[in-house]
Amino acid sequence: MEYIRTPKVENVRLLDRVSSRKAPVGTLYLTATHVIFVENVSETRKETWILHSQICSVEKQSTSATGCPLLIRCKNYQVIQFIILQERDCHDVYISLMRLSRPEKYEELYCFSFNPNLDKEDREQAWNFIDLKAEYNRMGVPIQLWYITHLNRDYGVCDTYPTVLYAPTSATPPIIIGSSKFRSRGRFPTLSYYNHDNHASICRSSQPLSGFSARCLEDEQMLQAIMKANPGSEFMYVVDTRPKLNAMANRAAGKGYENEDNYSNIKFQFIGIENIHVMRNSLQKMLEVCELKSPSMGDFLWGLENSGWLKHIKAILDAGIFIAKAVAEEAISVLVHCSDGWDRTAQVCSVASLLLDPYYRTLKGFMVLIEKDWVSFGHKFNHRYHHLDGDPKEVSPVIDQFIECVWHLMEQFPCAFEYNERFLVHVHNHIYSCQYGNFICNSQKERREQRTRERTHSLWPHMWKNSTDYMNPLYRPDHSQTQGVLRPDTAPYCFKFWRGMYNRFEKGLHPRQSVIDFLMAVKEETQQLEEDLEIHEEKIAKLEKLQVKHNEIKANPRDINKHLGVSTSDNSIANTPQDYTGTAGIFPSCSPSQLDEESSVLILTRDTLKSSDPDLSTNSDQESGVADLNCRSPSGGDSLPSEDSAKDPDSDEAANSAA
Amino acid sequence: MAATMEAVSGPFIYADVLDYKNLQELVINNRITWLVHYSALLSAIGEANVALARRVNITDLCIQRPRTIYGVSKVHAELIGETDRWRLSCVNKDFSVCPTYPTAVIVPRSIEDETLKKAAKFRQGGRFPVLSYYHRNNGMVIMRSSQPLVGAHRRRCKEDELLLQAVLGGSDLGYIVDTRSAQLAKQATLIGGGSESKSYYINWKRLHRNLERGKVLQESLIKLVEACNDQSNNMDRWLSKLENSKWLSHVNSALITAGLVAECVEREGRSVLVHGSEGTDTTLLVTSLARLILDPECRTISGFQALIDREWIQAGHPFQLRSAHSAFSHARLRHEAPVFLLFLDCCWQLSRQFPLSLQFSEALLTRLSQEVYASNFGTFLCNNDKERPRRKGTQTSTRKSHFLKTNSLWAWINRPCELGRYTNPLYECNSLAIWPSVNPQSLQLWQGMLSVCLNGKPCTVW
Repeated sequence: MEYIRTPKVENVRLLDRVSSRKAPVGTLYLTATHVIFVENVSETRKETWILHSQICSVEKQSTSATGCPLLIRCKNYQVIQFIILQERDCHDVYISLMRLSRPEKYEELYCFSFNPNLDKEDREQAWNFIDLKAEYNRMGVPIQLWYITHLNRDYGVCDTYPTVLYAPTSATPPIIIGSSKFRSRGRFPTLSYYNHDNHASICRSSQPLSGFSARCLEDEQMLQAIMKANPGSEFMYVVDTRPKLNAMANRAAGKGYENEDNYSNIKFQFIGIENIHVMRNSLQKMLEVCELKSPSMGDFLWGLENSGWLKHIKAILDAGIFIAKAVAEEAISVLVHCSDGWDRTAQVCSVASLLLDPYYRTLKGFMVLIEKDWVSFGHKFNHRYHHLDGDPKEVSPVIDQFIECVWHLMEQFPCAFEYNERFLVHVHNHIYSCQYGNFICNSQKERREQRTRERTHSLWPHMWKNSTDYMNPLYRPDHSQTQGVLRPDTAPYCFKFWRGMYNRFEKGLHPRQSVIDFLMAVKEETQQLEEDLEIHEEKIAKLEKLQVKHNEIKANPRDINKHLGVSTSDNSIANTPQDYTGTAGIFPSCSPSQLDEESSVLILTRDTLKSSDPDLSTNSDQESGVADLNCRSPSGGDSLPSEDSAKDPDSDEAANSAA
Repeated sequence: MAATMEAVSGPFIYADVLDYKNLQELVINNRITWLVHYSALLSAIGEANVALARRVNITDLCIQRPRTIYGVSKVHAELIGETDRWRLSCVNKDFSVCPTYPTAVIVPRSIEDETLKKAAKFRQGGRFPVLSYYHRNNGMVIMRSSQPLVGAHRRRCKEDELLLQAVLGGSDLGYIVDTRSAQLAKQATLIGGGSESKSYYINWKRLHRNLERGKVLQESLIKLVEACNDQSNNMDRWLSKLENSKWLSHVNSALITAGLVAECVEREGRSVLVHGSEGTDTTLLVTSLARLILDPECRTISGFQALIDREWIQAGHPFQLRSAHSAFSHARLRHEAPVFLLFLDCCWQLSRQFPLSLQFSEALLTRLSQEVYASNFGTFLCNNDKERPRRKGTQTSTRKSHFLKTNSLWAWINRPCELGRYTNPLYECNSLAIWPSVNPQSLQLWQGMLSVCLNGKPCTVW
């Protein structure tokens, strides 16, 4: 609170980056957790909420005659521009936000103050919602081949690993400890995924400290033990996800990669995923393309190409496919590592698991996957997503890339995933929001020290409660494609820009009608009707009994509403032309840019101040529809507003032809 | 042939309209009070009640025979009752005025056939301005034509000016959308073409939007196919190859221009004349896309078929010349150009942005993209109606007699057993205009179009 220099600024304008629609005027509030902009329009008072932890950068631009512009870029790819009248106010807001968006201590994070009114017991239960031990049981890890080792009980062997780890039965504690001493940061090879059908497994570790010639007997035994845990196999793969050049450079620092000659029966493979610094720069370049104001097709494609982003996504997916193939088709176990084994390794292991196991394509399964391969194995959420102010060179969109890989798979296999795009987007949002304690800190050890289980809440039960929002209506769990291993096409033309993530807030760019919303509405409607039917049938049965009793005829109360009143097409938006004229002012009566109502800025828009969930509300276009009418009528006098009138509610023609 | 209807639901009796005696008997015996004896009107009734039409096979007769004048006369029939400003003209009944127009066209009522003949002489290939679309909401129209033969001597033609003035009716402004850049239009004067001069067409405002055509489009498609077919599976330079093909840029410009035309009609309440040079390629692309944006009727399966039938096949898009070889072939033919493919791609983009508003599915678009190049059907044969004979026996050329042996693709597709495959299950009639987003982020590569060259690799459904 002490960092807020001015809690309220009036007469602030919110600029829309895509359309040149008139900027709404309103009041800007700074609270301990949010920036809130409330529009002055008295009926709607539309609100835009931005969480401090979502703020990636704040930029004060040079003052002009209209005021002082303040540009806020968010980690969820929202870009917001305010114009503040007084330079001094703008400076105050700027200084306040600079501090508020860069907390220095864990205690300052939102999750430590966020209170969804759960009692202690419920909170604890919520934390137990995802149980990794149960997950390994679900995989069917057999006790003859793998055992739980408690060597890392007090994080003594490896402070970035969890306490509970699986090791192959023939790997004795001395082997594990020996191997851990030969691996960067003690991250010895341990089980990530076990394939019940053929005993093949995916293990993960960090790079070996092999330098140019060093070797370690225990580490060699460790790999041998992993291979032996897959009875019948004659070799195993060791996948180094780094480009060969990077791995070789590491040898000079006494690290490096496994020498095939020293390890019996391994096949070594480089994959070539670039490091976090390359990825950070790549994303930066792509976001610059997203921010271009009305780019040409050429500008856009060139920019996307130059960013290299899609190339990196393909590399990660290719690596996942390589591993999934080895496990499913060759029945060969794989050890995956990169340098430290917490970025690329996490990406690749989780992509491979997702391809192999339909469970991870369910809502609960995806949560488990994130908890297992990312949270528990010490992916450095705090550093990568800049929760606390720290080294900007540690920041990198590692999990963003994984989530994008999942989206690409969803595009190729529309019926194979129980969850939808919105789920991915919301998970992504919460990784940055710091509203829940799941993604705080860099490791399990740190989270224990911060007592996150007692002091914060878990995201997953909350999402589970809202699972209807996240369901893919096309999901078919019984489909052969869904049940087996996914074999995606990785031809270059299959990789496309993810508008739903990186241009999420530019609503004008998105399809004007949502298939998913439509199908969900139909589903809900059907369910409702079925319930109605049941009630009515019960009634009928009762009446029939009565009828028998009284021996008199009664009419059946069959008045089931046959019309599905489903309509999710958003007509207020659907009926808005783009800026086709290129240059304004072709039309004398009204300039198209004025009509160009690109729906308003909505991200964390909420109807009431009370609700505390900063999920992006799907949107409230009723309001923008009204606003649209208002702003059009004076200028476009002769264009009838009739097209805005609601469409024919019971169009028989449509019903007939659809039948 | 016509079916006689007693009630909306039947029963039905088949009757031969040429057998007068039998008809008389039917009318008397059944106490018939309403006799529809006009194929177009009949089909209009048929469309109002599709199930009925299917049962009595009306669609078979009216839409699906490539030889009928279904499109034009149907539109005219629809105009009856809407307005008396337009009429059906048969000035071209022997193809002498314009060899690439159908025999019947719709023109302003106040314009005599003699005027049309003179106006036709002032337009390249005789393609004088005719009605393409009548916008019911406000009575505005989209016209199309070829370029005026202004030439270096700045010729003018009173009749052409009269015709366009008649299009405006009482309105004081219309837009001419030229699908060439201002510079190209100017250059065309050197070879006898050009565009309408401001001083002679004072109530028309000209807008230039350059759309590529011909060779450039063909090269673009070839490059796109090459890029997709690259076997190396390497992501390096894929996007620059895609960019370099310019295909998506062409999709983008086509949608922008169509959006502009639609905006003029719906938002500005102005009539629009669209032309490029010949008026058989980009002109049709723009008018048909603008119709799709504006007219909910065109977004139904039958309406979409009618749109293609009228705005492409009868309007004289030279399918034979443009799609002689596969678009995926390397043979560089002079007249080859994937204009129709571009149209289908734009339709697909619309279907992605408005997944609930089009009654036809991606499968229909994909099917058409293949049929137009290699087909078992006669629908896309020949270059214009003149080449398509209307009755057996009167023609002698072998090509024409071949045509008579073909069947209609529409008839095949509209069979109940096939139709399901081409129907969008999510369709719900949307009576509003569908304005596409034209930002690069909103457009995607249509894999379905390339499915032939991608050897049946799976393409995404959603």
